[in-house]
Amino acid sequence: MTDYSPLLLSLKVAGISTFFVFIFGVFFAHLFSRKKFFGKSIIESLFMLPLVLPPTVVGFGLLILFGKNGFIGSWLLNWFDFQVVFTWIGAVIASIVVSFPLMYQSAAAAFESLDARMENAARTMGASNWRVFWTISFRLAWPGLLAGLVLSFARGLGEFGATLMLAGYIPGKTDTIPMAIYFAVESGQMEKATFWVVIIVALGFSTIMWLNWWSRRNIERYKNDNA
Amino acid sequence: MKKIIYFLVMIFFVLLLIGCTPEDKEEKTTLMISAAASLTDVLNELKPVFEDEHPSIELTFNFGGSGKLAQMIIQGAPSDVFLSASESDMDKLQVEDMILKETRVNFAENELALIANKNQPVKVSSFDEISSATVEHLAIGEPESVPVGRYTKQVLEHLELWDSLQGSLVLSSDVRQVLTHVELGNADVGIVYASDALRSGKVTIVATADSDWHDPIMYPGAVVSDTSHSKEAKLFLAFLTSEKGQELLHKHGFK
Repeated sequence: MTDYSPLLLSLKVAGISTFFVFIFGVFFAHLFSRKKFFGKSIIESLFMLPLVLPPTVVGFGLLILFGKNGFIGSWLLNWFDFQVVFTWIGAVIASIVVSFPLMYQSAAAAFESLDARMENAARTMGASNWRVFWTISFRLAWPGLLAGLVLSFARGLGEFGATLMLAGYIPGKTDTIPMAIYFAVESGQMEKATFWVVIIVALGFSTIMWLNWWSRRNIERYKNDNA
Repeated sequence: MKKIIYFLVMIFFVLLLIGCTPEDKEEKTTLMISAAASLTDVLNELKPVFEDEHPSIELTFNFGGSGKLAQMIIQGAPSDVFLSASESDMDKLQVEDMILKETRVNFAENELALIANKNQPVKVSSFDEISSATVEHLAIGEPESVPVGRYTKQVLEHLELWDSLQGSLVLSSDVRQVLTHVELGNADVGIVYASDALRSGKVTIVATADSDWHDPIMYPGAVVSDTSHSKEAKLFLAFLTSEKGQELLHKHGFK
């Protein structure tokens, strides 16, 4: 009898993290697109940092920030009596931080490639900013946004290093698939490791495969529309 | 033309650097010592003491997990002495005839320590006071893959705490992580080797485990069979077991 809890936990963590990453990513990418202000490149570099830092460094930073005595951690503890470290919420936070760059990058590219004249035309006809965003920018940028969404989900599913530091490894509570694999390999339980490797490869592969198929279909449809 | 001049200037500086390197008058023997990571501090302190006593020998260390080091030696990585943190890894080499059997010696023993954050009061003062009521999170090494975790599990099972603590146990992939969790105050207490507890200035030892609650934690050392400096390698092992060597080991929390 295999314990399927790592699968459910991984899907829950990656799903919730993708939800927040999508909202934040789209918000900031849209806010920053076509704007020039002092410090923009500094903020964008900060956004991208988790992509190039070793996961253990990200994990250590988060641990310091969200730990019991950390800046955010002590605040959460005092006001809400809530501890992030060693809970599955910690895994969600780690996952959000490492997958945010992927979402931001895709969304920024998508918004920047839009034809500004479309949005301006809508504005001259009296549409509110929100309406311009929702009916024009968001829909036109959707293929790019979806790519970011799927990549963020896949990245969240595979997150290991930062998660191990922030959420710890507590069997039954914070054991995601990558953790189950790591500790199974380290302790020589090759059968268990292989089982989870097959599952995570299948999940990752089908996600990316679906994305490729979907975007190709969209490009073809776009070509036909313009023919 | 400019490029060529740059190139010549570069060559000039490189030659200058080579020329500046002092030449060794005496031929020194360099001993390559593969040692368990937990010995890092004590060996770095021991190195100048040993080299003062034996001016013709120079020590170089390759630190790592004992299991990985044993694997490297089996694969033929050059090494004169192997200092392991577990007897089973040394046994592996002995079975393969990769070490000189007669040189094998247990030069140190470690203890398990219950540690807490220096600045954070805890409700426990001994191992048997640990329970899910007194401790919210107990950081330990993962018992299947991390040696210190295996001994920890033996202790908690001996005290009949293992089952009741499930859900409070935070399993870590190495000792360093256990220390971090306690140092930052996220776990109330943790269990590590006494020697590791002494390395961190931010934790304090609450109690040490009785040595009959777990298998003995022995550190065996031996000369590697492939060595071409077996005489010097034996000198080094003898130094470890000498009074001076033992004194240094004790200072770093080994027995």
